[in-house]
Amino acid sequence: MAVETAEATEAARQAMGGIGVSLARKEDARFIHGQGHYVDDVVLPGMLHMVIVRSPHAHARIKGIDSTAAMAIPGVVAVVTGELLAQHKLAWMPTLSGDTQAVLATDKVRFQGQEVACVIAETKYIAEDAAALVSVDYEPLQAITSPQQAIAPGAIVIRDEKEGQTDNKIYHWEAGDKDATDAAFARAAKVVSLETFYPRCHPAPLETCGCVADLDPVTGNATIYMTSQAPHAHRTLFAIVAGLPEEKIRIISPDLGGGFGNKVPIYPGYVVATAASLLIGRPVKWIEDRTDNLISTGFARDYYMDGSVAIDENGKFIGLRVNLLSDNGAFFADAQPSKFKAGLFHIVTGSYDIPAAHIVANGAYTNKAPGGVAYRCSFRVTEASYFIERLVESAAVELGQDPVTIRLNNFIQPEAFPYQSASGFEYDSGDYPRAMQVALDMLGYDELRKEQAEKRAKGELMGIGVASFTEVVGAGKGKDYDIAGLRMFDSAELRVHPTGKAILKLGVKSQGQGHETTFAQIVAEELGIPASDVEVREGDTDNTPFGLGTYASRSTPVGGAATAMVSRKLRDKGKLIAAHLFEADVADIEFARGKYNVKGSPDNVKTIQDIAFAAYTNLPDGLEAGLEGVTYYDPPNMTYPFGTYLVVVDIDKGTGQVKVRRVVAVDDCGVRINPMIVEGQIHGGLTEGFAIAFMELITFDDEGNCIGSNFMDYLIPTAWETPRFELGQTVTPSPHHPIGAKGIGESATVGSPAAFVNAVIDALSHLGITNIDMPLTSDKVWAALRSKGVTE
Amino acid sequence: MKVTFEINGTAKSVDVEPRTLVVDLIRTKLGMTGTHIGCDTSNCGACTVLLDGRPVKSCTLLAPMLEGKKVTTVEGLAKGGKLDSIQVGFHEEHGLQCGFCTPGMMLVGKALIEANPHPTEDEIRWGISGNICRCTGYMNIVKAIQHAAAANATENTAGVA
Amino acid sequence: MFPAAFDYIAPGALDEVLSLLGQHGDDAKVLAGGQSLIPLLKLRFAAPVIVIDIGRVDGLEGISRENGHVRIGARTRHRDVESATDLRGTLDVLLDAAPLISDPLIRNMGTVGGSICHADPAGDWGAVMLAVGAEFVVKSAGEERVLPAAGFFQGPFTTGLQSNEVMTEIRIPVGSGKSGGTYLKLERKVGDFASVAAAVHIVLGGDGRVASAGIGLCAVGAHSIKATAAEAALVGQEPTDDVIAAAARLAGDAAEPKADIRGSAEYKRDVARVFVQRGLHTAIDRAQGAAA
Ligand SMILES: Cc1cc2nc3c(=O)[nH]c(=O)nc-3n(C[C@H](O)[C@H](O)[C@H](O)COP(=O)(O)OP(=O)(O)OC[C@H]3O[C@@H](n4cnc5c(N)ncnc54)[C@H](O)[C@@H]3O)c2cc1C
Ligand code: FES
Ligand code: FES
Repeated sequence: MAVETAEATEAARQAMGGIGVSLARKEDARFIHGQGHYVDDVVLPGMLHMVIVRSPHAHARIKGIDSTAAMAIPGVVAVVTGELLAQHKLAWMPTLSGDTQAVLATDKVRFQGQEVACVIAETKYIAEDAAALVSVDYEPLQAITSPQQAIAPGAIVIRDEKEGQTDNKIYHWEAGDKDATDAAFARAAKVVSLETFYPRCHPAPLETCGCVADLDPVTGNATIYMTSQAPHAHRTLFAIVAGLPEEKIRIISPDLGGGFGNKVPIYPGYVVATAASLLIGRPVKWIEDRTDNLISTGFARDYYMDGSVAIDENGKFIGLRVNLLSDNGAFFADAQPSKFKAGLFHIVTGSYDIPAAHIVANGAYTNKAPGGVAYRCSFRVTEASYFIERLVESAAVELGQDPVTIRLNNFIQPEAFPYQSASGFEYDSGDYPRAMQVALDMLGYDELRKEQAEKRAKGELMGIGVASFTEVVGAGKGKDYDIAGLRMFDSAELRVHPTGKAILKLGVKSQGQGHETTFAQIVAEELGIPASDVEVREGDTDNTPFGLGTYASRSTPVGGAATAMVSRKLRDKGKLIAAHLFEADVADIEFARGKYNVKGSPDNVKTIQDIAFAAYTNLPDGLEAGLEGVTYYDPPNMTYPFGTYLVVVDIDKGTGQVKVRRVVAVDDCGVRINPMIVEGQIHGGLTEGFAIAFMELITFDDEGNCIGSNFMDYLIPTAWETPRFELGQTVTPSPHHPIGAKGIGESATVGSPAAFVNAVIDALSHLGITNIDMPLTSDKVWAALRSKGVTE
Repeated sequence: MKVTFEINGTAKSVDVEPRTLVVDLIRTKLGMTGTHIGCDTSNCGACTVLLDGRPVKSCTLLAPMLEGKKVTTVEGLAKGGKLDSIQVGFHEEHGLQCGFCTPGMMLVGKALIEANPHPTEDEIRWGISGNICRCTGYMNIVKAIQHAAAANATENTAGVA
Repeated sequence: MFPAAFDYIAPGALDEVLSLLGQHGDDAKVLAGGQSLIPLLKLRFAAPVIVIDIGRVDGLEGISRENGHVRIGARTRHRDVESATDLRGTLDVLLDAAPLISDPLIRNMGTVGGSICHADPAGDWGAVMLAVGAEFVVKSAGEERVLPAAGFFQGPFTTGLQSNEVMTEIRIPVGSGKSGGTYLKLERKVGDFASVAAAVHIVLGGDGRVASAGIGLCAVGAHSIKATAAEAALVGQEPTDDVIAAAARLAGDAAEPKADIRGSAEYKRDVARVFVQRGLHTAIDRAQGAAA
């Protein structure tokens, strides 16, 4: 009997689709039918097509633009230049970091691929034919291709149009306590240092960016379909940039073919297409091709980092110093909270109890594309996590300790939470040793160390990499975190219809994370309406409450919390209605899993569906009709997911090729709402982390020509290169989140690069090789081996 | 020029410029938007269609090359309201996230298990290596194709019995 | 990205192709699988007035054996070589190379002849054809020539083919000795061109010595390279580890790589050496195991 009951409960739980159920995704149906609706699928009557003419030079003065030949092609409607935009005060726009960025270049071009003119034509073929004929007269200038070059005295000034800008420096910013850190270093028994570069890479979602701008000259209504991870914020920014009345702007972000941070900023193409639609009076579509995407839109990383850890005689970390030089490209267009110039990089003490830390960050302009976005990352935490995990590896090597031992010795201990970090963060919860242990057991760590020793004796190269990351996600609170001044809360609006079916509208925006399922599950859990009866809507600013959008793993921590809270609001209102139906006192009404009853009579229930019907048909006097509500949730703190990743590699001495043999990933993201979706996020994040460690790179030659400008050169792993992943978990709920969830979208990209690199260094450290900068391509590994005389 | 071919079982005759790419013909002229574009250099496979049953990149085909051929796109997978086993596999195994690569992946997967009904994991990974997925890390795509292969096998034995 | 406008014609007969080519000369481009030409058209690196599709000409596809030769129709797809498993033992290097060319979808379209005519210095078939000593049959209106692979590749995307000629067939001599071969390719991912690759084809005499040796190098020079000194160092020798290592060093010396994002010249040269060494071991093992 007891067994049957347990089974029945489980069956009911599955049918409800609440928290913890691996529900197959509700959104899948349209995608597997080929009916996903992406921006490029939008076709409007009379729609024109826009193609951008881009600069071939990294740095050049524009002496003239001649579009006569282009205009002469039948089907060309307009060629828009910066000069024309300037007449409408649109040649420049503000960036997310409080700088300005050229929409179309007027004076100079400052990076290869910069937007110079736009051709608008009846078809995309004609637009491309004409774009090839727009002739621009350039006077090339010296290109600055590194931040070191940029800040050297006498360097040519890239942003000479900016008043008061006499060099290429953007910011100087510090965090932590310098004096306390100096004191720690003064008494250190050992200091271990690391200098490393986290190279430029790109989120490169499979769908590029684009928009269809449709401005109705009669009504003044502006409908803009765009690839936006943050449609509400973008609407407000559009209102400010283009001077359009905000109530007339409707941003629709339809299905997105991935985002990973790439679709957070506003790009010149969106602005020009919108302006062109306004001027021409017809809808204008602009869809990037892949090269447009890779050479001009939000890159990631490009951080030069050096620092040291001070270690006492017991092997304890007592101080951390980090210097950072950031290559921001031609315009400071990083997407991050305005208080923090280097995003959340200052969480760089990571998972370790380091009582003193000091971080110095400097940013510089270079002749490269702007837009340091957080590629599957919460505002630069990736760079921080990489640095500390690599530095700890160096410390282990120098102290002759096992990389696991040194970590266990220095972890923030489980009882120390909530933990105040030296650089100003309050970690909500964690149990780092436990996650580490689970990972070690899954891997069979000790056995592999034995194998490694045997292999080493035979001259074979094998390595085991360890990384125990701590992430910080789910911004705000709004007081400290904002995007262009907009506070980082988020919202949920829930309407329960008379038949007990619901619509949930959110301020966040899925790019493939499965919001339509996960958020319905939160409602199911909180309100007892089966997830299959909850329709989730996002992305249309006319029909969803204001929110800051999806990036920095904030949907579940913030949007998910808002969903739980709004569900609870309706649950409470339901109690009033239930009391009325039962003719009982509200204080005596109980609620569990979608059923209300009076205390003491658990068998006489009113379902949430009964209550919903009553909300429109049979209300107590004085109670407002309907069962709907909206919540704007401002989180009290961030959440701190963590985990341990272990990687095993074998290295081919002859070619330098690294073969990843195993990847064990133990993640703790608090409570898992849909475990299947969570695992999918981890798989994807690990793959991008693997790609960053070994393949993905945007680099430039001395003239500032971009290398990595298409998928021939910007290497995205296929199923063949991608390792197989073994996942494990621990669950340490967030104490301040309504359902204890922490956010998982980015952990794996944040945590895994260091594990991959540490594995390679672990294979080579006995030869005296201590660092190779990413991507760890075979030629670099070969060169390191050669430098130590190793060859086949 | 005029090009005559069959798409998802329906004969079509269209008038096109010779330079028209097949992906563009399908998306723009035929209005079937399930076939996507993810790159300019024939690397990603978002544009995959089956040409006479074999997966090819429709961004690297000129419209006139379709003359007399049979094309299958994602829109042709489900038959008479019934999902193809590959579609079921992708749904059940969480083989898709953003869905942008999914049409191509499903078509490649379908062709793969038609040619090799019991593929190993390595064979699947090799077979789908002309298609990029940026979201899933491929783990569940492999499972999705295995799911479909298993379903086909059961259906076939059921048919025989 | 879209091509600039062009005219298109798909003749049903080779004669028609040849006369059109004669007529249009450099303004025309032959289209086979299109897997190199169409990307170039899209990038507008190529802008022919007319594209002549040879896809409808009969008799250009297929693999057959005749008079001590394996004959491969120029329009034979990469995937058809991949699945020609009866070449195992005779031309291992072809079977090993085919699946490493680009990716499964491109292999469904791309052709052997197209690849050879395209003559990308990083194209795989060039090195393979040099290793096996292939000959190319090329036709123009009224003339047929047979060009040996050695000497055919003259520079990046430059060959001995005239603009009025079409390649119709590849002929590979297959003798009666025990043969073995293989292809090793360093690529950064599936679908990538080679950073370095080496094709090796060995025939052993009845005495166990090397009767003939073919070594082709890919992506380490302005065109596919035949490592003739290394080949010569093997012929007539017993294939000991030392002989192999010495030949591999000579092959490395024959490479003329340039540094780029894939690595330094020294790196590529050394990988060429390592691959030839490994390849020779595999080839000889296979030949020794093969029935004559
Ligand atoms: C993403 C990608 C990756 C690739 N990776 C590789 C790789 O790793 N290794 C590799 O070797 N190749 C690779 N390729 C190229 C591919 O193999 C092509 O199929 C091949 O190079 C050209 O064959 P095709 O039949 O497609 O030729 P087409 O593109 O049709 O033609 C190529 C050139 O050859 C000429 N031509 C074609 N056939 C003939 C003929 N019979 N007579 C005279 N001229 C002719 C054409 O006029 C044209 O100039 C890759 C291609 C792509 C798009
Ligand atoms: S669109 Fe990328 S391969 Fe066709
Ligand atoms: S699901 Fe997004 S690219 Fe594959």
